Amino acid sequence: MSPGLYVHVPFCRSKCPYCGFYSVPSAAPVPIWFGGVKKEVLLYKGRFDRFDSLYLGGGTPTFLDGRTLSGLVDHLFTHFDFAGDTEFTIEANPCDLTEETVRLLKGMGCSRVNLGVQSFDDRALSFLGRCHTAEDAKEAMERLRRFGFDNVGVDLIYGLPEQSLDAWMDTLRCALSFQPEHISCYELTLENGTVFARLQDRGNLRPMSEEDGRACFLAASRLLRGAGYIHYEVSNYARGEAYCSRHNRKYWEHVPYLGLGPSAHSFDGKDRWWNLRSIRGYGAELDRGRPPVEGRETLTGEQVRLESLALGFRTREGVALRHIASVPQSEEFLSRMEAAGLVKVRGGRIIPTDEGFLVADHLPVCFS
Amino acid sequence: MNHIRNFSIIAHIDHGKSTLADRLIQATGLVEDRDFRDQILDTMDIERERGITIKSQAITLPYVDKQGRSFELNLIDTPGHVDFSYEVSRALASCEGVLLLVDAAQGVEAQTVANAYAAMDHDLEIIPVINKIDLPSADIERVKEEIEIDLGLDSDQAILCSAKEGTGIGEVLEAIVKKVPPPSDLAEGPLQALIFDAHYDPFRGTIVSCRVFSGKVRAGDRIRLMHNRATYKVEEVGLFRLNREPKQELSAGEVGYIISGIKTVSDVRIGDTITLENHPAPAPLPGFKEVKPVVFASIYPVASDDYRSLADSLEKYKLNDAALVFQKDSSAALGLGFRCGFLGLLHLEIVQERLEREYDQSIIMTSPTVQYRFVLSNGETITVDNPVYYPDPTTIVKGMEPYIRASIMIPERYMGAVMDLCLERRGVNAQFSYPTPGRIEIRFDMPLADVIYDFYDSLKTVTQGYGSFDYELLDYRDSDLVKLDILLNGERVDALSQIVYRESARPRALNACEKLKDEIPRHMFKIAIQGAIGGTVIARSTISPFRKDVTAKCYGGDITRKRKLLEKQKKGKKRMKMVGSVAIPQSAFVAVLKTDKKGS
Repeated sequence: MSPGLYVHVPFCRSKCPYCGFYSVPSAAPVPIWFGGVKKEVLLYKGRFDRFDSLYLGGGTPTFLDGRTLSGLVDHLFTHFDFAGDTEFTIEANPCDLTEETVRLLKGMGCSRVNLGVQSFDDRALSFLGRCHTAEDAKEAMERLRRFGFDNVGVDLIYGLPEQSLDAWMDTLRCALSFQPEHISCYELTLENGTVFARLQDRGNLRPMSEEDGRACFLAASRLLRGAGYIHYEVSNYARGEAYCSRHNRKYWEHVPYLGLGPSAHSFDGKDRWWNLRSIRGYGAELDRGRPPVEGRETLTGEQVRLESLALGFRTREGVALRHIASVPQSEEFLSRMEAAGLVKVRGGRIIPTDEGFLVADHLPVCFS
Repeated sequence: MNHIRNFSIIAHIDHGKSTLADRLIQATGLVEDRDFRDQILDTMDIERERGITIKSQAITLPYVDKQGRSFELNLIDTPGHVDFSYEVSRALASCEGVLLLVDAAQGVEAQTVANAYAAMDHDLEIIPVINKIDLPSADIERVKEEIEIDLGLDSDQAILCSAKEGTGIGEVLEAIVKKVPPPSDLAEGPLQALIFDAHYDPFRGTIVSCRVFSGKVRAGDRIRLMHNRATYKVEEVGLFRLNREPKQELSAGEVGYIISGIKTVSDVRIGDTITLENHPAPAPLPGFKEVKPVVFASIYPVASDDYRSLADSLEKYKLNDAALVFQKDSSAALGLGFRCGFLGLLHLEIVQERLEREYDQSIIMTSPTVQYRFVLSNGETITVDNPVYYPDPTTIVKGMEPYIRASIMIPERYMGAVMDLCLERRGVNAQFSYPTPGRIEIRFDMPLADVIYDFYDSLKTVTQGYGSFDYELLDYRDSDLVKLDILLNGERVDALSQIVYRESARPRALNACEKLKDEIPRHMFKIAIQGAIGGTVIARSTISPFRKDVTAKCYGGDITRKRKLLEKQKKGKKRMKMVGSVAIPQSAFVAVLKTDKKGS
């Protein structure tokens, strides 16, 4: 498979209280960042094979002004080699998707928009600190369709305190009414360092119970599969094989990817490295002509195996039997898992069921 | 001999013993400030971390008093736990005086009293020192009153100090010189030296710490250990500074070391008397006791192929701990291992921790037990210190278990709680005495098995740390003993079996089931835990399977972190023992013996 290219755009209108990704709520450092990315592109020019996916993520890429955004894309396409059918995804916020922006995205050659809807319930949206309403999200969906976007993904969050199963199903059904090509359903996670995590530490926020979380997960899977979607990863659904995120799959299958921008991770098939988590530090390293790398590791065979387990059990592709062959008692564990309805063995691979997805972090431990 | 003072520091835990020792060492200039580290006498990691002293240590401090006279002050540091009370008594026997350290905020506490009485038993000069006077909560007047009333000492003589800030240290040193009597030992006469400790040096063999009471010893002498009857040629004698400092001879009144080609510390007995082969003393010094293990447990490697390495580690460990005994053992659930004997529960925990930390062994230790006796129908009496060898119940005429005489000292207000605790632990034959107003001493005959079952922790809890406890072994008494088995998903785990008093079986079984439920992590399937006597299940609990364990997002930036977590879990798994398909953490094997009344 061809490698993928990711660019991290670390800017947001405001910080959402649940989000642990690196971003700053200010446009002031954009020039430093942009200058840095342009230099970083030159550092890696010619070092990767032809890319067939490009993902602009963040942060909020649509926070950038039109000139910067199209300047970035021009720069990438000038210096890197892309396949003709490249999947070009951009993450967008409903409130940024004015007609002008949508036209700009289309003009840039963007083939896929991943929309941060999160919920179609205004109360939930305000709890999550989002700048848009359910109505904004619906309008954004319609606008994308009007401008001919035929590959749109919708991000949703469930597991909010006090959220009922019914409320979650309403959001899902509303999303389905737009027939998005891709739906991501993320359970609310209290990431270290976020406002929500601090609230939880003080006892002011309690996430959904394990049982309710299970119910939401299983109901979503049942509903979406009934509507023709493939549940191809723990949190990801696609309306057909062609709409599975080509780019994200590379992360899960050890396909090389280059990540540009502060805090971005890269993998070249052997080494993995990650950039500094600071725009200033990132820019300063590049100004000195150095890669803005904070850490680096070379994967051993065993590490690749462990990652294949950790990632494989999260996807419908599952894990190849050869990855567990050398582990003592593995057959015993496997037959117990099968008996418990967590996995199925098919075609030399261990495929997790929905119940298996629910314990996807534990399954690899048995074979570690 | 007039220039020698032999003393020890005794205190309740956390009253600042090691800090005061540090200050004395610094004040006498034995160590440059830049070479100084805290708890300088506690050389083992485990001593520093737990803030306790396990081995006795001695150090000779050079001191010039205000009148310009030179002294040698021998500080003998003592272990502070009832498991090691015999070692403490030998260390005290080597002194003429003690500094009795009392925390200015907390005042006289249980161990202060026990230690003060131990010092009085040895006719030692006691210098009260009130420490931590810099604390805002210090209440010096109250503490003085307690010293008068609880201990019957003259509180006007108490020295005020703050070891932390270094105030009052000069006064402490002056008092040692003025009040602790010089040794009155016999410079002439046959050699009599008391062994109060021994430790192992990989290059020199066993280094014996001793106090010379009469005569002298020098390199080249042939010495005899009087209880052992073994003889050795002395290679070197000297004083403990921070390192060993060789000397021509050690003579009466002095504290120092002897190196004489003794291979392991098991070849010497603490409390034994050293004399000269060609000019022996007529009798050894009094107070010698053979220390015998009273608590038994098995140790197994977590991975069965580590058995050889565990065997080597135990051999090496034993070089420095004469009190540990062990022999080969095997278990259906845990494979090959060793049956070990310990002085008490703390000793057991220390052995376990040191094997893991200093020898890098991953081990599982089974429930500790005492030595039971069974009279069988064929007239034979057998001794059983391992539940695996519990005899066929139809052949048992009667069982017997060891009893101890417990002596507990507490402030009067805790009497009710302590009585309840002792009765609950099958205490009988209670006796009371009132050494000082407000303080009571309770004596009980109790089965040792109930003492090792978490008694010390429970006592500390119900008395908020004010209960001091000591015991001596009494005799064997008849007892109705059964074997309690633990089953996981129907499979008996022999390493979790216990021999228990029949009446205690059900509460024990319930406790074990609950404890295992806490200790064994949830699995992907249900785990049934049962406690059974013979074929009868008397207690049960269930660990429900976990049904959700997944993170929502996993993209480029999450993979390394995810793998590292898995690597950590893989390591953790190595410390688990698989019994059938259930992974049992090491901690579970000892946890079944603890109740919920954890020490605060």
